[in-house]
Amino acid sequence: MPKLTIDELRRKREEAKKGLYLREGEFKGKIIVHMGTCGIAAGARNILSAFLEELEKSGRRDIMITTSGCAGLCSREPMATVEILDKPPVKYVDLTPEKVRRIFKEHIMEGKTVVEYALGIGSERGG
Amino acid sequence: MAVRRIELMLCTGTGCVAGGAYKIKDALEKELKKHGLDKEITVVTTGCNGFCGQGPLMVVEPDKIFYGWLKPEDIPYLVEEHFLKGRPVKKLMFVPPEKKEPVPLVSDIPFFKKQLLVVLRNKGIIDPEKIEDYIARDGYAALEKVLTYMDPESVIEEIKKSGLRGRGGAGFPTGLKWEICRKQPKTPKFIICNCDEGDPGAYMDRSVFESDPHSVIEGMIIGGYAIGANKGYIYVRTEYPLAIQRMKLAIQQAREYGLLGENILGSGFNFDLEIREGSGAFVCGEETSLIHSIEGKTPEPRQRPPFPAQEGIWGCPTVINNVETWANVPVIILRGAEWFSSIGTKTSKGTKIFSLVGKINNTGLIEVPMGITLREIIYEIGGGIPKGKKFKAVQTGGPSGGCIPASLIDLPIDYESLTEAGSMMGSGGMIVMDEDTCMVDVAKFFIQFTNDESCGKCSTCREGSEAMLEVLTRITEGEGREGDIEFLEELGEVIKDASMCGLGKTLPNPVLSTIRYFRDEYEAHIKEKRCPALVCKNLIKYYILPEKCIGCTVCMKECPVEAIRGQTKYIHVIDQAKCTKCGTCIEVCPPKVSAIIKVTGKEAEELKSLPEPIPVAEFKKREKK
Repeated sequence: MPKLTIDELRRKREEAKKGLYLREGEFKGKIIVHMGTCGIAAGARNILSAFLEELEKSGRRDIMITTSGCAGLCSREPMATVEILDKPPVKYVDLTPEKVRRIFKEHIMEGKTVVEYALGIGSERGG
Repeated sequence: MAVRRIELMLCTGTGCVAGGAYKIKDALEKELKKHGLDKEITVVTTGCNGFCGQGPLMVVEPDKIFYGWLKPEDIPYLVEEHFLKGRPVKKLMFVPPEKKEPVPLVSDIPFFKKQLLVVLRNKGIIDPEKIEDYIARDGYAALEKVLTYMDPESVIEEIKKSGLRGRGGAGFPTGLKWEICRKQPKTPKFIICNCDEGDPGAYMDRSVFESDPHSVIEGMIIGGYAIGANKGYIYVRTEYPLAIQRMKLAIQQAREYGLLGENILGSGFNFDLEIREGSGAFVCGEETSLIHSIEGKTPEPRQRPPFPAQEGIWGCPTVINNVETWANVPVIILRGAEWFSSIGTKTSKGTKIFSLVGKINNTGLIEVPMGITLREIIYEIGGGIPKGKKFKAVQTGGPSGGCIPASLIDLPIDYESLTEAGSMMGSGGMIVMDEDTCMVDVAKFFIQFTNDESCGKCSTCREGSEAMLEVLTRITEGEGREGDIEFLEELGEVIKDASMCGLGKTLPNPVLSTIRYFRDEYEAHIKEKRCPALVCKNLIKYYILPEKCIGCTVCMKECPVEAIRGQTKYIHVIDQAKCTKCGTCIEVCPPKVSAIIKVTGKEAEELKSLPEPIPVAEFKKREKK
């Protein structure tokens, strides 16, 4: 490792900041893959991996990918919910890795809901 | 940087490591691999998280869920439920004392809520063994600023304006110390980091080394630049192996990056660090003794002035500051003196780290703004006293400090208020005591410690502590005499006046402060041969209440010295001549029965035991008559 100059240290800092995005990042969006037993059986694991792959390729570090339990609509698994800051969440159903790629491109990157894959807009409310 | 979805911030401070943190790490990695999650979820080992009472522990990012008291056997379930299926596991979360519902998020746990992290800004967020993590959190940005835009005088000016005072205990203004040293004509100059933390129950400095070593290194480089030193020493006690290992690694990384060594960041400024390990003599924490130890001499203090800033290592001007002081420096430079001085009280700026230990629900390391009250620390952050006992006092400043009684619970903590109360800030140990603590016994404990650690150079310290210990031992053994208290008070003042270094000057504090606030307890020991807290063995007796004993024989079987006689369904009797007052019988007596009590003073004399064990039924018949 050669000794750094001030400019190199600054560049290193910018690079290093990306490595800490999970710990202190401010997230603009959240993708929740439903990983109940039903979801896993229907192939949710591949859906999760597909989202992670797309995120990796996009270079974006302001999107959180997380999992949750069964969403209650087991026949339409695999499912995922996409939440973009200040917008209502969208639930996508019957997912495949191809559909994931399109959702990532259009919804996450371009901000347009992929209506044909969506179950509905909004989340159920607690009574 | 490969994308990840979860990071598990596993605490690997000394406490958690002792509790098995690396076993947890192995278990986590094994289970993650088993589920094919090892690429998207990583385990990050961090320094001390602070909530040591809950260790081994971890925080799940980005969800910020806190899991404590982890055991390797919990891990398979945790990984499958939370990290695969996304269902956080309630039974591993923190449950506040006397509550039932767990608190999932770190930010909602009261222990963390009232804290303000300045020195510990990176704790639990960075891996202390990765310089990149430190750099990402604006590490070495203050050094950049100093080397690019500031001359040494303006660095000193900034530190002076910030109001930063030494965190080692005495509270000398840091900027002023630097200025005095810079103005000395003699060269070369040196700087020292004092990590010879020796107070019982204190581990602030160790944790800073273990969780964020680069913050100390950066502070020291800036200090070296400000006073014109090219060499610094880190003096750390050898009993801190993990702290030393992490500091060594950090120094090596900083050298590789050109942050230590010749021509730092191309600025032309040279500075390097060397670690010196002390062998654990308490007096080495005293600055002149520490300097003697670095020089390879016997660690004894010398008369001041000249102060180290004038004549330090090998007679050269030397700035010596404590770990926490150094770790404050980069933040002050980066965020400005004005920001720093907006935190705290009129005379004490910034924050202070305390290790909160003893009879307290939430044991751990905390950083709080100066001026916070004891009440906030003990009841809000600390979660109060276990088992609903009454708060009695808190010892701050270790053996050099004193006891602050419950009546001063609303005291705002700063250098001056603690000194006025007869204690001192010290380096930040905070030992909480409840109603079951005997204050005379506590004073004896600390005097025993300082008596052991006195270097022996001044007779007042060497012989004075010996005499104090003798009198205190006598009092706790029930042999106290009229005039003992006055003698202790007078002797205390003499030791303070006539001893040379901080060790001697402060060693009477635990005695004087307990006499000041708990004189009645001393008097009870001396005049009534009574220990109100039921601690001093010579003054207490264990007694089996005949009306409660059911004759279950448990106490008899467990007594290690066979001092209890009885048999099944017989009321048991303690043979006072044999009893060693170990307390085992009270512990094993079933809670529903609770037939054994401790008594002291008059009560102990008046209680008449049954001469021999008798059947429970016979006793009841007698009672009816």
